[in-house]
Amino acid sequence: MIKNLFYSLKQAFIQMWRNRGMTLASLFSITAMLLILGLFFFLTVNVSFMTESVKEQFDTIEVFLEDSTSYEEAQTMMESLMALDDVSNVEYISKKQAMAEFKERWGENGYLLDGLSENPLPNSLRVTLSNLQGGELTASICRNFIGVEDVRYYQTEINKVLAISDALQKAAMVIIIFLVIVSVVVVSNTVKLTVMARRDEIMIMKYVGATNWFIRGPMLAEGMLIGMISAVISLGIIWALYEKMVEMLGDQAFVLFSTTFVETEFMMFNLVWIFLALGLSIGAFGSIISMRRYLNEA
Amino acid sequence: MIEFENVTKSFGETDALHEANILIEDGDFVFLVGPSGAGKSTFIKLILREINADSGRILVDGQDITRFSNRQIPKLRRDIGMVFQDFRLLPHKTVFENVALAMEVIHATQRTIKRQVPQILSVMGIEDKADEFPDHLSAGEQQRVAIARAIINNPKMLIADEPTGNLDPDTAWEIMQLIDIINRRGTTVVMVTHAKDIVNRMGKRVVAIDHGHIVRDSVGGEYGYDD
Ligand SMILES: Nc1ncnc2c1ncn2[C@@H]1O[C@H](COP(=O)(O)OP(=O)(O)O)[C@@H](O)[C@H]1O
Ligand SMILES: [Mg+2]
Repeated sequence: MIKNLFYSLKQAFIQMWRNRGMTLASLFSITAMLLILGLFFFLTVNVSFMTESVKEQFDTIEVFLEDSTSYEEAQTMMESLMALDDVSNVEYISKKQAMAEFKERWGENGYLLDGLSENPLPNSLRVTLSNLQGGELTASICRNFIGVEDVRYYQTEINKVLAISDALQKAAMVIIIFLVIVSVVVVSNTVKLTVMARRDEIMIMKYVGATNWFIRGPMLAEGMLIGMISAVISLGIIWALYEKMVEMLGDQAFVLFSTTFVETEFMMFNLVWIFLALGLSIGAFGSIISMRRYLNEA
Repeated sequence: MIEFENVTKSFGETDALHEANILIEDGDFVFLVGPSGAGKSTFIKLILREINADSGRILVDGQDITRFSNRQIPKLRRDIGMVFQDFRLLPHKTVFENVALAMEVIHATQRTIKRQVPQILSVMGIEDKADEFPDHLSAGEQQRVAIARAIINNPKMLIADEPTGNLDPDTAWEIMQLIDIINRRGTTVVMVTHAKDIVNRMGKRVVAIDHGHIVRDSVGGEYGYDD
């Protein structure tokens, strides 16, 4: 078993070197495949991460109070809101607090707000929903309170965001599956060329009593090595790219979506396993598929 | 020991081998003769399980190989050395590597391989060709490499399908001598041949096949017909 492993690896390296043209070609295509795949993976994860945080932000109803509404009146509203099943929390946000939050969200651009002479933001209630389904109803209750100037609840926006992210993720999934299949075909063609070039050798090995595994081993190892090397190369490239992107666009993303990109370390940690597993299986499947026919004839 | 019991193998309409019965004892030397298309290669392919019989039993060392699963076939072939008319050497491997392949298949250690390959090459009289590639060798030398590969694992049987078919008469006779030596060491030999004078000169057992039928089986026989 161990001996067969060493023999297979040795033969695989010899074959890869002898057919280095083909080896490079498949390395290149699988790497390209994995790169695109990685980009879609990152897109999916980030979209779903952002969707979650958007959902979180929009599970609240902002109730803006008229300036004439007193704190006591607001307290009464809060109590009756808390009594509702769909409401998990109600918070009173003063003008001041609202301004502070606003500035924080604008980050480096927050200084722009320093020019304002008076605070234009109203006092408000922030109603956190325990159940998004009850959002519309709760919002209309809020609208009917006396002393409420405006109610902001983004039901339609949330639905839009959810629909878009759902579509994006489904599309990404389809593309990922497609790419995996293409990669398997690419490897299987490479190995098929190796197998055809080695047809006589395989036949002779069978005459001297080689088991199928003895013949299969080196080619399986070849496919898996190619898959693994591609995985390592594409991981390196993606790591560098993603870090650059987070560095350059991270702040913008925060301003635009009020959320950050998923951390590089977290992404890479997951991607390493996914890519290695994927590279190995693409390589293994590619070889097995292309060898099956030859090994079965006599 | 090889025993055929009522073995039939047909390809479509033609019976390549029809109800064949034969017993080949350990240490036997058998020439298999007959016109082209008679069924000689079919006979050999059945022993190697390259093809399987339609009916009948084929016993190799007492085991019915027609019932072997695919996984048992490699083991069967390790007990049989095979030599072909066209040598079947790997052109991109040296003489040494070609012979070593048969040992790698049975997971011999590199040490054993390095010790035994030169030995067998010198038995074959080609010890100085170890690092050559096959196409730098004469036809006779190539067949010696093929025989070295066939017997390096000490198989019980050596099966040769027209091993002298591509050789001039003198070289053919040299190869014949080598095969005879291998047989004297105890290896059973089955050799398909069209070489009338070799068969007559050797005076061994001759089995003649025609149209899939075994038509003659005579010890110390002659080739017996004109091609
Ligand atoms: N794979 C095959 N498919 C169809 N017919 C075959 C096949 N192998 C052999 N035959 C037929 O079986 C008969 C015996 O062939 P073979 O054993 O090769 O003859 P020999 O080796 O004596 O010349 C011939 O008629 C040949 O055409
Ligand atoms: Mg023939």
